Amino acid sequence: MSEQCVAKQNLWAKYQKDIADDHYYYCRSCIRQTFFPASERAYLNIMRDKLGKDLFDDPNHTTCTGIAYHSDLVPMQTTETVIARHFALMTEAGYENMAISCVTSFGLYTELLHTWEEFPEEEARVRQYLWDATRREFKKPKNIAHTSDTIYKFRNEIAAQMVRPLVNVKTGEPLKVVDHIGCHYAKMFPTKGVGGAEFPRVLTGMVDAWGGTPIDYPERRHCCGFGFRNYLVMANRGYSVANSKKKFESMAPYKPDFIVTNCPGCAMFLDRWQYTIQQMEGTTYGPDGQGIPSLTYEEMAGLVLGYDPWELGLQMHQVDVEPLLDKMGIQYTPRDKWTGKKH
Amino acid sequence: MGKLYDQLMEDVRFVEGLNACMNCGMCTGVCPAAEFYDYDPRRIVDEVQKKDEAVIETLLKSETIWYCGQCMSCKTRCPRGNTPGFVIQALRKLSVKLGYFTCSEKGRQQFAIKRTVGHSILERGYCVYPDIVTPWMHPEQGPNWESIYNNTEEFMAKLDIPYKKEGAGPLRKIDQKNLDELKRIFDVTGGTEMYDCIEKYSAEKAKEMGVDIENGDYLNMVFKTNSDYDE
Repeated sequence: MSEQCVAKQNLWAKYQKDIADDHYYYCRSCIRQTFFPASERAYLNIMRDKLGKDLFDDPNHTTCTGIAYHSDLVPMQTTETVIARHFALMTEAGYENMAISCVTSFGLYTELLHTWEEFPEEEARVRQYLWDATRREFKKPKNIAHTSDTIYKFRNEIAAQMVRPLVNVKTGEPLKVVDHIGCHYAKMFPTKGVGGAEFPRVLTGMVDAWGGTPIDYPERRHCCGFGFRNYLVMANRGYSVANSKKKFESMAPYKPDFIVTNCPGCAMFLDRWQYTIQQMEGTTYGPDGQGIPSLTYEEMAGLVLGYDPWELGLQMHQVDVEPLLDKMGIQYTPRDKWTGKKH
Repeated sequence: MGKLYDQLMEDVRFVEGLNACMNCGMCTGVCPAAEFYDYDPRRIVDEVQKKDEAVIETLLKSETIWYCGQCMSCKTRCPRGNTPGFVIQALRKLSVKLGYFTCSEKGRQQFAIKRTVGHSILERGYCVYPDIVTPWMHPEQGPNWESIYNNTEEFMAKLDIPYKKEGAGPLRKIDQKNLDELKRIFDVTGGTEMYDCIEKYSAEKAKEMGVDIENGDYLNMVFKTNSDYDE
């Protein structure tokens, strides 16, 4: 490979961020826990049991209201104060670092801290709101990471414990992986995401470390089509599916073995819209009339570490994952998919 | 009540989002909504920055301000550091406050979002939760989800997920003490007022249109009607 090509491939390295090493206050995601609850469990398990990290899963933590905020249902001050309450809960629990499981939340927490720098009077107003409503006070977090940032940070430690690399056991070739990092991870504040908005690295860093081959497909940075009110209201969903379709058509010629996503909403849409398009027009984007499995990064990490696919919740996907499991040489019991291990 | 432009300037997102747009159109070029709808964020920002009250009022009553998906791709791209998405957020907030949102089909949809996601926040502590993703409202979720939805407790138990249970973990029950704190935050920050605004103006619009809001007809109408498609 020429020096120019190598330099181009390493452009992402200019966009780095500080990611705390340990002791995180964990912020759950409305969408991830609804559609991929076992991913959130796997994340905590990997961080605690495989990597020896300390995370606090606080029963008092709630939604950040992000989906309502971006649907223009609540004022900015409401969302700011709900997030300020999360800062207060973190402070009360003795933590200074946050690990956030949702890209929408991550974008909002980041936007809020940026807003308070630009408009200090807004921070003072929110502190007063929080006191009036809850009698709570807070310190701002020292470090904010999306949960994928932490997996990225420890990707080599995970590689050292790898059971199943991202390799096709039949051909010996690395699996081809397309990633989607989600708009609010880095488009609003590029310096806060690994690789920035233009050179996404947080997921491809994992793929590289675990033996796969990332593919930089043309519409890699395009929105999945969530569009908040454009999905939440049935009348608008043409917007949502059309954007995902644009991505599928862009990635399909590269024959990816699977999609890996950063944002829980994107993971769900890139799965469900394949089903919808198949129902609407009969189009499928994988080989032999199949879809392209769409995984969360926790599911990808879990498979690599040898977790049981049904304990990872892969049966909650609409696009069948079995072809991918077969490629990776993962043993699974078909009966357990719906009956569980306790049958 | 001040001029519309002055009211927009009270929103920090508007102040942050608009600094002398030069009409380059970069935002429109990268915008997923502009690709799908007859929508042009460049034009909206240009219209707003001219401070013409009549034009701003027309925008507040229009379909066009409701097309944006808030992906914020425009924020990354604007060479002048503007964020048309922030301008849209300020316009929508003012449209709801003044009741203008019911003048447009897309604006009227706020009622459906309030009755689903909005209620879920205060009742469950989450914007989204399995029991609000009903198969009739979400056929795109497919047969696997429908099966999970119809047997959620049993499915989650097999997956060892503490669905609706006390304590920590995914899909846990948020206790009343925390829900009460959320409600008090909504009360002091204007969240409750915004909810009430949506209810009040939607009820007035439903009456004007002769559609029953109590029996769910209005909700069903705003949730499903898409004149762009019907045409």
